[in-house]
Amino acid sequence: MASPHLHFITLLTLSWRNLWRNKRRTAIMLGAISVGVWAMIFMTALMRGMVDDMINQGIRNLPGHIQLQNPSYLDDPSVTNSIAAPDDELRAALDGLGAARWATRIKVPAVIASERETRGVNLIGVDADAESDISGLPQHISEGRFIESDDDGGIVIGARLAEHLETRLGKRVVVMSQDPDNNISERGFRVVGIYRAKLPELEEFNVYAGRDTLQQLLGIEGRVSQIIIMGDDYRDLETLYQRLLAVLPDGLQARAWYQVDRYLAAMYNMMDGFVLVWIVIIFLALSFGLVNTLVMAIFERVREIGLIQALGMRPALIVYQILLESLLLLLIGLAAGNLLALISIQPMQDGVDVSVVAEGMAMMGAGSVLYPKLILSDMLLANVVVILLGILTSILPAWRAAQLDPVRALNTT
Amino acid sequence: MTAIHCHQLCKTFRQGDEIVTGLDHVDLDIAAGEFVCLSGPSGSGKTTLLNAIGGLDTPDSGEIRMGDIRIDQLERGALADVRLHHIGFVFQAYNLIPVLSARENVEFVMQVQGVPARERAQKARAILAEVGLDGLEDRRPAQLSGGQQQRVAVARAIVSQPDLVLADEPTANLDSVASKHLMGLFVELNSNHHVTFVIATHDKRVMSYARRLIRMQDGRIVSDEAQ
Repeated sequence: MASPHLHFITLLTLSWRNLWRNKRRTAIMLGAISVGVWAMIFMTALMRGMVDDMINQGIRNLPGHIQLQNPSYLDDPSVTNSIAAPDDELRAALDGLGAARWATRIKVPAVIASERETRGVNLIGVDADAESDISGLPQHISEGRFIESDDDGGIVIGARLAEHLETRLGKRVVVMSQDPDNNISERGFRVVGIYRAKLPELEEFNVYAGRDTLQQLLGIEGRVSQIIIMGDDYRDLETLYQRLLAVLPDGLQARAWYQVDRYLAAMYNMMDGFVLVWIVIIFLALSFGLVNTLVMAIFERVREIGLIQALGMRPALIVYQILLESLLLLLIGLAAGNLLALISIQPMQDGVDVSVVAEGMAMMGAGSVLYPKLILSDMLLANVVVILLGILTSILPAWRAAQLDPVRALNTT
Repeated sequence: MTAIHCHQLCKTFRQGDEIVTGLDHVDLDIAAGEFVCLSGPSGSGKTTLLNAIGGLDTPDSGEIRMGDIRIDQLERGALADVRLHHIGFVFQAYNLIPVLSARENVEFVMQVQGVPARERAQKARAILAEVGLDGLEDRRPAQLSGGQQQRVAVARAIVSQPDLVLADEPTANLDSVASKHLMGLFVELNSNHHVTFVIATHDKRVMSYARRLIRMQDGRIVSDEAQ
């Protein structure tokens, strides 16, 4: 009995030479596989880049990568579920988290009223110095300025809210909320800044004031709603999370962004499914060409298949040989497709200007510059799907070849 | 020792609406080392008998034994093993694998048998030299003449020293010189290596080499004579 190694070399030699019998057909099929694989990886990188931007924007706008909060805050984000502002010990621990940046915020539901209109909003009290590191919001101020100090008496509102309230920069608005005793607290603020967000909805709901100012308004001196922590990458939070747990005082709960913002989490998870569906759809288009190539290749050499059967090659080895031929075709196509994808994505690392469709991108929460994001796992997924499904679709033609009647096959002209 | 034993072999084919008899109750014993020619007109059943003996075709009824192996009852994989290890085929139309060189065609069966690379290369070169193809080992079939291709096919059939060589009209596409050379080779292999030959042919020159001549007609053996 021959060793599998010897069989493999025999089959590999036959498969490789058979592949190049009809160079033109093989080249066309390789071209189709390469372009298909390129499309899988390239488009996935663009989509990943877009979703990455949307998630990063979403995270920077509110939840941060990880939040420390009162365990009841997620269910009832009211002022009663606040936490003590970090003491020196916790500050030192948070500063020692490595690359992480952090800031405290107060965030309570409130009502804002101008002379003409009233709206419900999220009232956010920010740590003026730290906020620019965390949210980047100060860079999105379209008129006026951002909050300059923790006890700043001004308020920053979104452009759309300003439209709804029929107010503008420099005008006064009144903000009302509940204190911990459920009494109404209210205060007048001057609009010192108007911002524009990538997600227009945020402009309607989020208003910013100084943290200390809100503590006084709500009667919660020394307390905050959240401590926001930002790491380097929203996908890789485990190390930061574990370090945080080690220094976390009792009474605080650490929650990752995907636990805080279910919408962002759903979008992230949907993207994984979407990538798989996208890859499979492209493969289905490819598979017709692949099966056609194999069927033609087999049809052209029915007599030879009869011959190798007559010479004593077992049907199973004929199946392996044809599958190997298919695998070689797929591997070469994959190599070319991967290379093509790398070459085409590399020059786009500094971003692709999609300002032509900026409005649509903004509606989805993404910016007008798209940064393709090439993820190794996406490349691996595309490669694995193409190989596995490619081999699966090749099984039928290979099996049919192995079932040919040797006498009839040998008499085929 | 009996190399081949056929008992009451029957085989019919459908050709359009007609049922054609390929083999009609054929009984045949061929001893090891015999040199047998099957002759008869087209459609007499020569090729059908060869295919049945070689396990390429299954009879409708009857029994075929090669030594102790009951050929007609083996499944496809086991039949392939019998062909691989015991039978060499020479076809009328050469039937070489076009993407392999002459040497690789000869090595093919040994590769599938699992013969180590060095040994099979040695054997292939030696047998190609023996059939007069020294120096043409690396040519592909398309670069060889008909006679040369048939000699490669013969080399492939005999290189692993099978017990039995089945040849179907091996000289049909050869000129008289090449035919003579080929038959000389068969006789030498039969005499020196005791390989059993069963050759189906129309060619009287080929029949003259046989030590036993079996004539067939309408799927039956009509005469079986020693020469």
